[in-house]
Amino acid sequence: MRSDKSNHAPLGLKIAAAAGLAFMHLPILLIFLYAFTTEEKTYQFPPPGLTTQWFAVAWSRPDVWAALTLSVKVAAIATAAALVLGTLCAAAVSQTRFFGRETVSLLVILPIALPGIITGIALRSAFSMADIPFSFWTIVLGHATFCIVVVYNNAVARFRRISGSLIEASMDLGADGFQTFRYVILPNIGTALLAGGMLAFALSFDEVIVTTFTAGQQSTLPIWMLEELIRPRQRPVTNVVAMIVVIGTFLPILGAYYLTRDGDQIAGAGK
Amino acid sequence: MTTAVLFDNVSRHFGAVRAVDSVNLSIVEGEFFAMLGPSGSGKTTCLRLMAGFEQPTTGHIEIFGETAEGVPPYRRSVNTVFQDYALFSHLSILDNVAYGLMVKGIGREERRKAAEDALAMVKLPGYGARRPGQLSGGQRQRVALARALVNKPKVLLLDEPLGALDLKLREQMQEELKSLQKSLGITFVFVTHDQGEALSMADRIAVFNEGRIQQLGRPEEVYNQPKTRFVADFVGSSNVLSAKLCQRLGLKSSFASLRPESVAIAPAADGALSLSGIVAGRSFLGATNRIVVDVDGNRIAVASPAAQNVPAMGSPVTISFAARDLHPMEDA
Repeated sequence: MRSDKSNHAPLGLKIAAAAGLAFMHLPILLIFLYAFTTEEKTYQFPPPGLTTQWFAVAWSRPDVWAALTLSVKVAAIATAAALVLGTLCAAAVSQTRFFGRETVSLLVILPIALPGIITGIALRSAFSMADIPFSFWTIVLGHATFCIVVVYNNAVARFRRISGSLIEASMDLGADGFQTFRYVILPNIGTALLAGGMLAFALSFDEVIVTTFTAGQQSTLPIWMLEELIRPRQRPVTNVVAMIVVIGTFLPILGAYYLTRDGDQIAGAGK
Repeated sequence: MTTAVLFDNVSRHFGAVRAVDSVNLSIVEGEFFAMLGPSGSGKTTCLRLMAGFEQPTTGHIEIFGETAEGVPPYRRSVNTVFQDYALFSHLSILDNVAYGLMVKGIGREERRKAAEDALAMVKLPGYGARRPGQLSGGQRQRVALARALVNKPKVLLLDEPLGALDLKLREQMQEELKSLQKSLGITFVFVTHDQGEALSMADRIAVFNEGRIQQLGRPEEVYNQPKTRFVADFVGSSNVLSAKLCQRLGLKSSFASLRPESVAIAPAADGALSLSGIVAGRSFLGATNRIVVDVDGNRIAVASPAAQNVPAMGSPVTISFAARDLHPMEDA
């Protein structure tokens, strides 16, 4: 009796839940809708007419392509750097004991806990003090600070589940350090790295605050979008780009979600 | 007689803790050698020193005449069966067993055949396609054994290999390990805290306590003639007779051990020694009754055959034993 009842949430709660979800996701649908509007100066509702011409316009605008390629490049390189450094750091923290281990662990996570504006200002002043000109690489460095955290967090959780005796067993059976990494550690942390890498890529791809402080004259895609919103001409182009980015990032994020969820079975009992 | 493993005054300190303290031992080729002791006695650290996971703080280790210090685990001709088996859960059973051959670069077909032979040897033929998660504890243990043996080690190290198994399985595996060792002729070094296991399987036993070897000898020696109070107590719970009692019985040493099964509740026959006391405790153990007799404050356990009558609690009794069953000991 009681269990029957608890299966059905009260109507009020259902409405509240539906309203909450709608509040979060309807605006995204609006973005999609305005990609098709015939009106280009203001976001008038309802749209006076629907057209697909903005897709062609966006395709032929070089500034869209420049911003998109810059963002992809930055995200790819920052993610690659984060994968290497984050994995090494996670291995050190989870597999060995050394003085100040907890502190290192905290310091690594700190960049994601700090407000982006602090990281941004700190990096900017550091770059100026060291006389490093703002460039593509300063953006990559800025992004790598928080990409490492994501990779580290994913990898360290998985590393902790690899029992020390697995690594010892591999060495005992004749595998050197590299072979042990290749045949035992990598298969166990692989999905965590993939998931961490995807999240890092997504984080870097839509980052605005740190980028504004570390970029020179270049615009990454989110910064380009911000600039576009101020311009009253060809506004739907922004929406077209936003829509493509949402679709382009949604699939990898979904993939990352499923990969980490199945992780329990992959890295399961050491026995 | 070739020496398989030699420890020359080996110590391993972790900070202030002397996990292994000046250990000397030499294990003979083809021997089934047990290292017995309570947890924290240094036996596992000794095993890890042989495997190469630990390096000695001082002292010298040789494996088949070659210096072992500084040689990493993957260049030693020893293999280990881990306490938690440490099977690779992302690999099939066959790939687990073939792992050692794979990293050595042996061809796919050859290592598949060797792995299947090894699985047949541990009585798991046809299990190659399964995953470690699909096997029982006893089966995983056999896989761990096959995975080590497929590399044809000169010394096989076993770290409490039967600890996680239930009693029935443990007894069965004891026999199998023993016959496997005899047929392969490989030196087995085996760590356990179970004295029964050590006594029944080993050719020789080293009894460890607090990082030191208390006694090293054949199972009968260690059991019947414990050298120290620790060994007497740990291996088969001998009675330890105090200095006063020793004096009363006319012994020169300050302590002596006496096995419960060497004592009878009966008046002394010719040439036997006897003591009188009162019954202070009794418990039924199946084949025997354990009766504790209080002799002037010394509690002496007697293993009495179950068929015999059990005297009532508090009743006065005479216990007797042959003089040769009384073994003088060092005080340690």
